[in-house]
Amino acid sequence: MKNQDLYIYILGIADNSLILGQRLGELCGHGPSLETDIALTNIALDLFGQTRSYYRYAASLAGEGKTEDDVAMLRIERDYRNVLLVEQPNTHFGHVIARQYLFDVFHFQLMTALVDSNDETLAAVAAKGIKEVGYHKRFSGDWLKRLGDGTGESHEKMQEAIDHFWPYIAELFDTTESDERMIESGVGVDVATFRESYYSEVTDQLKEATLTVPENPYSKKGGKQGVHSEHMGYILTELQYMQRTYPNLTW
Amino acid sequence: MKKDWPLWEVFVRSKNGLEHRHFGSLHAADAAMALENARDVYTRRNEGVSIWVVESKYITASNPEDNGEMFEPAQSKVYRHPTFYDLPDEVKHM
Amino acid sequence: MSEKEVKNLEVIFEARIERDDKIEPKDWMPEKYRKTHIRQISQHAHSEIVGMLPEGNWITRAPSLRRKAALLAKVQDEGGHGLYLYAAAETLGISREEMYEQLHTGKAKYSSIFNYPAITWADIGAIGWLVDGAAIINQVALCSTSFGPYARAMVRICKEESFHQRQGYEIMLTLCRGTEEQKAMAQDALNRWWWPSLMMFGPRDEDSPHTAQSMKWKLKRKTNDELRQQFIDQTVPQADLLGISVPDPELKFNSETGHYDFGEIDWDEFWQVVKGHGPCNKERMEARVGAWEGGAWVRDAAMAYAEKQEKRKVAKAS
Repeated sequence: MKNQDLYIYILGIADNSLILGQRLGELCGHGPSLETDIALTNIALDLFGQTRSYYRYAASLAGEGKTEDDVAMLRIERDYRNVLLVEQPNTHFGHVIARQYLFDVFHFQLMTALVDSNDETLAAVAAKGIKEVGYHKRFSGDWLKRLGDGTGESHEKMQEAIDHFWPYIAELFDTTESDERMIESGVGVDVATFRESYYSEVTDQLKEATLTVPENPYSKKGGKQGVHSEHMGYILTELQYMQRTYPNLTW
Repeated sequence: MKKDWPLWEVFVRSKNGLEHRHFGSLHAADAAMALENARDVYTRRNEGVSIWVVESKYITASNPEDNGEMFEPAQSKVYRHPTFYDLPDEVKHM
Repeated sequence: MSEKEVKNLEVIFEARIERDDKIEPKDWMPEKYRKTHIRQISQHAHSEIVGMLPEGNWITRAPSLRRKAALLAKVQDEGGHGLYLYAAAETLGISREEMYEQLHTGKAKYSSIFNYPAITWADIGAIGWLVDGAAIINQVALCSTSFGPYARAMVRICKEESFHQRQGYEIMLTLCRGTEEQKAMAQDALNRWWWPSLMMFGPRDEDSPHTAQSMKWKLKRKTNDELRQQFIDQTVPQADLLGISVPDPELKFNSETGHYDFGEIDWDEFWQVVKGHGPCNKERMEARVGAWEGGAWVRDAAMAYAEKQEKRKVAKAS
């Protein structure tokens, strides 16, 4: 493939939305209230909508008549590029909100920067996505405050969730070699430029939510290189079930 | 501490130039959540450009038992309607 | 109020419904009208949210991104429809929490169809085509029911649901135009969902004691058997178009009546599922109770936060 770097770069963004969408999809019908259930599903729908635009683009680069679904569903686990954060399970609603918020702030900054990409397709997808993601961030940020500054029990649960996910943040700001080539060519976004503003925004929000900012210096990463947590295999098992069981069919 | 989320009434303006119309109700813990829930529940199909929410308990409603004295007196005020006045057909644009 | 006064009010009330006046929540209504409506509307709402579960199971496994988005949107709609209906019932003086309580303790019923398992992708097609198809027949009639909030909820729901059945039929169509294996999957789904779909219209008219009262209040515009017949008449040609066969050897078009004659429904199975012994009754209730109880700390936290915010606002102002 002549645009190998671009292809992988698109997957890096798309896979995050896809895998997080899968996690939210599991929750549909099981939320703490009907209203919350409907709201989370809206977020999942936004994410899946974005992935279709990305995968269609990636499929066009891959050629050989590949479709969006081939790209989304027929890779081996090592070829998925999402960060570890988004594949973590819905342990409880606090985890759902922590995972969402920590990703949303990043996602919003990424989309904001991607609008200026000199790749027109990516810039257009980002321009649409930015409004969706802005809302996601507002939703998860509000819930972070409600749970953090709610009851004693919710505060404890929310703190535990934030502590749990903190080490996963570092990976969001990792840059692979192919990322670097994309940044150089003006297509990719240099995530390092908003690392600081990410931490300061998250820190402010955590404080407002009466939560303690973790001081854990350790990080968990690997997803961007395709080395995932043990959860990933199960996510893919469901995602790929139909395509693997009945290859090459139309649905 | 067992308190359920209160009920809110949702009003949506479908497009500028139109009034807000009652769309339905939902539950939310506070106004910000009510607004977000209203957006997610009642404008999923691009139904609105503006939303009002008000906690249901703040609405004062007339009582149907009083409908006689509340509304019937207006029925006989026929002179408030243009058809009450007899004018020759030659008078146009009036 | 004396018995005679109540009788008098009832006569006026029935006359209003007779001339197609809508009844609104604050209007005087017979206690039986209120109770019947709470029962029917909440049962309808419960059916929507329990109905999210069998299809919801397939969101993560949908075979393509397009199907995944459509299914997710559909299941979400069902949640929305449950919400509209709970809100309509709430205008009659029952809280959503009380209705949940009734559902979770088994006091309130929901449509039995959702106690059957969705085990293949074709089941998602069959549910949209048959289950939503049957539901729409009931719901369209309810758009002109006598209780205003219920009628308004139904209008909104019918409008939104118009894509649901099409979504299901399109899945079936794609399968039936696919490989032999796909077509077999579609046939198998029709085999399993056909009879339970017919049961959705409820017992035979002679075993349905409330029909007369419900007709009077426009909670029903046609009897169970009439609606069932209408469903069969419109669905059989759709199955023909798909090229799969309805699993009823006695099914035959009767040119004299202009309707399809059909075989006997297994009423033992019907009552078994209604009484809680269907394939998935237990799983469905576990999922609903689990979501509700598991979410209690979240709902409490939101209320506590709202109260704190309110206090802060007051403190700031003074």
